[in-house]
Amino acid sequence: MEVESLSMISNPTSGGDIVLAGVTKRFVTPTGQAMTAIRDVNLKIGAGKFCAIVGPTGCGKSTTLTLTSGLDTPSAGTVHVGGRQVDGITPGVGFVFQHDALLPWKSVIANVALGPQLRGATKTEARELARDWLTTVGLSGFEDHYPHQLSGGMRKRVQLAATLINNPSLLMMDEPFSALDVQTRAIMTNELMRLWEQTRPSVMFVTHDLEEAIAIADQVVVMTVGPATVKDVFEIDLPRPRGQIQDIRFEARFLELYKMIWTSLREEVERSYAMAASRKAGDK
Amino acid sequence: MSGAQEIDVAQLARARAARYRKLVLAGRVGTLVFIVGAWQLLTDYKIIDPFFAGSPLGIIERLADWFTHGTAYGSFWYQIWVTMEESLLGFIAGVTAGVFFGVLLGEVPLLSDILTPYIKVVNALPRIVLGSIFVIWLGLGLPSKVMLAAVLVFFVVFFNAYQGVKSVDRNLVNHARILGASRLEVVWHVVVPSATSWIIASLHVALGFSIIGAIVGEFLGAQHGLGLVIATAQNNFDTDGVFGAMLIIGIIAISAEGLMAMAEKRLLAWRPARTNDNNAGGI
Repeated sequence: MEVESLSMISNPTSGGDIVLAGVTKRFVTPTGQAMTAIRDVNLKIGAGKFCAIVGPTGCGKSTTLTLTSGLDTPSAGTVHVGGRQVDGITPGVGFVFQHDALLPWKSVIANVALGPQLRGATKTEARELARDWLTTVGLSGFEDHYPHQLSGGMRKRVQLAATLINNPSLLMMDEPFSALDVQTRAIMTNELMRLWEQTRPSVMFVTHDLEEAIAIADQVVVMTVGPATVKDVFEIDLPRPRGQIQDIRFEARFLELYKMIWTSLREEVERSYAMAASRKAGDK
Repeated sequence: MSGAQEIDVAQLARARAARYRKLVLAGRVGTLVFIVGAWQLLTDYKIIDPFFAGSPLGIIERLADWFTHGTAYGSFWYQIWVTMEESLLGFIAGVTAGVFFGVLLGEVPLLSDILTPYIKVVNALPRIVLGSIFVIWLGLGLPSKVMLAAVLVFFVVFFNAYQGVKSVDRNLVNHARILGASRLEVVWHVVVPSATSWIIASLHVALGFSIIGAIVGEFLGAQHGLGLVIATAQNNFDTDGVFGAMLIIGIIAISAEGLMAMAEKRLLAWRPARTNDNNAGGI
């Protein structure tokens, strides 16, 4: 009974699509200048779909996630999740940040238990649930460690557990594994796929690794250089479950898709380099 | 072979460290003996005037007299207790208020923008003069000293708490918000713990200020306390008395500092161990 009511609290919009319509976000820099991060973004992600977003560095991919999660509000346009306009933190959202976001003064178990606790679970319930999640991500025995005592890969696992424990129906991941070494990264990606297939939340996954994007996603979105907007959307029709991502990239269909998407992405990457170079020349 | 060499190296390093520690200890004891001995001898032979300089033996005699026969205003223990009580209450009040307002102003930029000039003005005042106001308002008893100590403590803690709140990692705040934290819960789970290292850094200075506040308050007008003991000794040209009371204050301050270090260790257990916090602590 307790557990049931808990999952209802944390999963109120289960099965909702994500719809961004004409979304623009402008920032004011500390020097007082306006800067457009994304411009007129239109995007629809079906419920339970895994969407990877690729694009040149610093093009506003992260901004798309912060707007969808409700951490920030768009300057123009609307974001709807499950038919409801985003206004404040989107219910049922989880967010794995690029940089460590674990609270360094809380032990591993307290970090993982924080989500349920903030949603009204008692401390005992939350800890029990957290213990299960630590086992799921392969970290039982590290409950009482502090984050700084763990390796980067282990901290990412804790981060995943701390996010997934709230049973998100909508999962934002901002280059979650970019700080990890190649081997750890492959293991973590496989782990993520295994966990995702259990509960199937809708995912927006920002990455600059095209191989990773194709291997895990149902849909790859290519964004242009800043101010960013959606350039192309590719459906990835590789069958699921896809198994080890290290093996799938040798399949014929994978290579075909890779070539197609890379052609689209390369233009943007080259334009981004050209812009950076001309900016530098302008500085001189 | 190489294993044996490693053991040798480790043993050598340990032996060297142990020798060094002994040397430091011997140096410390030697310094104390030299200064106290020279002081005693120079005053014994009247090379310097014991009337102005006091003497170690004179100080011990004076203290023994105070402890056994008490002072003009009650037992010496009671004077020590009064000063400690004033410092402690002032410390607690100042720290509580400092943390509260530091966090409040750090979290509400409008409030801090409005109040900043006034806070700067009050902070620029030599706050010791407030002691006189407090004596007028609150009388010669305990409250005026507590108030002065609290005001001195408040500003140190306030500025650090404010700075600590301002330097919170936005990433952690966003993480907590996504997990479902309300604004108050963000403050409780993220902002306050994050500012704690800043606040604790200020507590060492604050502790010293709370004792200064209590003693100066007693100078300005009191019925009991170590500050009064010193003021009386000063009026009687009793150099040994001034030094004796100073010694007691020093012992209180160092003990409080030790307790603080223990509390700090507990509160900041989550931090990665620093490699070199051995020596600078005493300075």
